[in-house]
Amino acid sequence: MHSFGYRANALLTFALTILAFMCAIASFSDNFSNQTPSAQIQILNINWFQEEPHGNDEVSLTLNITADLQSLFTWNTKQVFAFVAAEYKTSKNSLNQVSLWDAIIPEKEHAKFWIQISNKYPFIDKGHNLRGKDFNLTLHWHVMPKTGKMLADKIVMSGYRLPDAYR
Amino acid sequence: MGWIGETMDSIKSIKIRQLLTQAVTLGMIVTSALIIWKGLMCVTGTESPVVVVLSGSMEPGFQRGDILFLTMTKEPIRTGEIVVFKIDGRDIPIVHRAIEVHERKTTGAVDVLTKGDNNEVDDIGLYADGQMWLHRHHIMGRAVAFLPYVGWVTIIMTEKPIIKYILIGALGLLVITSKD
Repeated sequence: MHSFGYRANALLTFALTILAFMCAIASFSDNFSNQTPSAQIQILNINWFQEEPHGNDEVSLTLNITADLQSLFTWNTKQVFAFVAAEYKTSKNSLNQVSLWDAIIPEKEHAKFWIQISNKYPFIDKGHNLRGKDFNLTLHWHVMPKTGKMLADKIVMSGYRLPDAYR
Repeated sequence: MGWIGETMDSIKSIKIRQLLTQAVTLGMIVTSALIIWKGLMCVTGTESPVVVVLSGSMEPGFQRGDILFLTMTKEPIRTGEIVVFKIDGRDIPIVHRAIEVHERKTTGAVDVLTKGDNNEVDDIGLYADGQMWLHRHHIMGRAVAFLPYVGWVTIIMTEKPIIKYILIGALGLLVITSKD
């Protein structure tokens, strides 16, 4: 009952249980953080808008993204993954979401930012549906914790529209 | 000769009973682990409720050796979700993020394109020849929670199977030589 083996076993089990419990509590404490992120996206310019040789529409935009995601960071946050997606409907598809830009924000200090870039990933539609299309730009974020439950949410900004003709 | 036979019998019978008890205890441990695993599969709705991150394609968020808890609900797949999928014909589950989703109006079927956070390009190169999109049946689950470092045990046991055999051998020895 008091051999080394039994003691080591008991110690190890206890340590693992306490560790698991602490991870769960750390994750649970994330529920109490007050989160008030804000963002704004402006389309500065439609660089070009054309039909690809395969027959799909492609558009290139320059976006101006301003965001303040500092309130999403808690002591249990490892990084926040933010990305901007364009969402639109077509006749065949009830929803299309295309990711245009993403970034990894490793620390709270970098979470308040303003950048102006052209889309990192190509905005291609499967078909010819983009002319004159109304679409939403949504800023999504995904909070990845040091341990525990991940959480994701978004801000939807609507009212953007693509031109009616190719350029 | 009679008492030798008697002693031999009594020795054999003690050993057998002990051995059987130990075998049953071991069996109980293994089956309760199996029950917990299958129960988790039911609760989370996916074939593998826990996966180990094997590559560095999602760094710095997920490092090699972290474990992810998955669920699979009927809710539609949307961009930003971290999905775990298997390519037809390959065994290894891949953990990447969905960056493009097209949902068909009539059937609700989705075409999904994925990319690892740390990769330069999307996953088209990883899919099977001629496959441009992932469909719902490729996707095993969505990651909802994670624990760092715990998966290293599995990685070590898979990459150096010698350690697996040593561990099982040592456990077996412990079981056999323990007095109760």
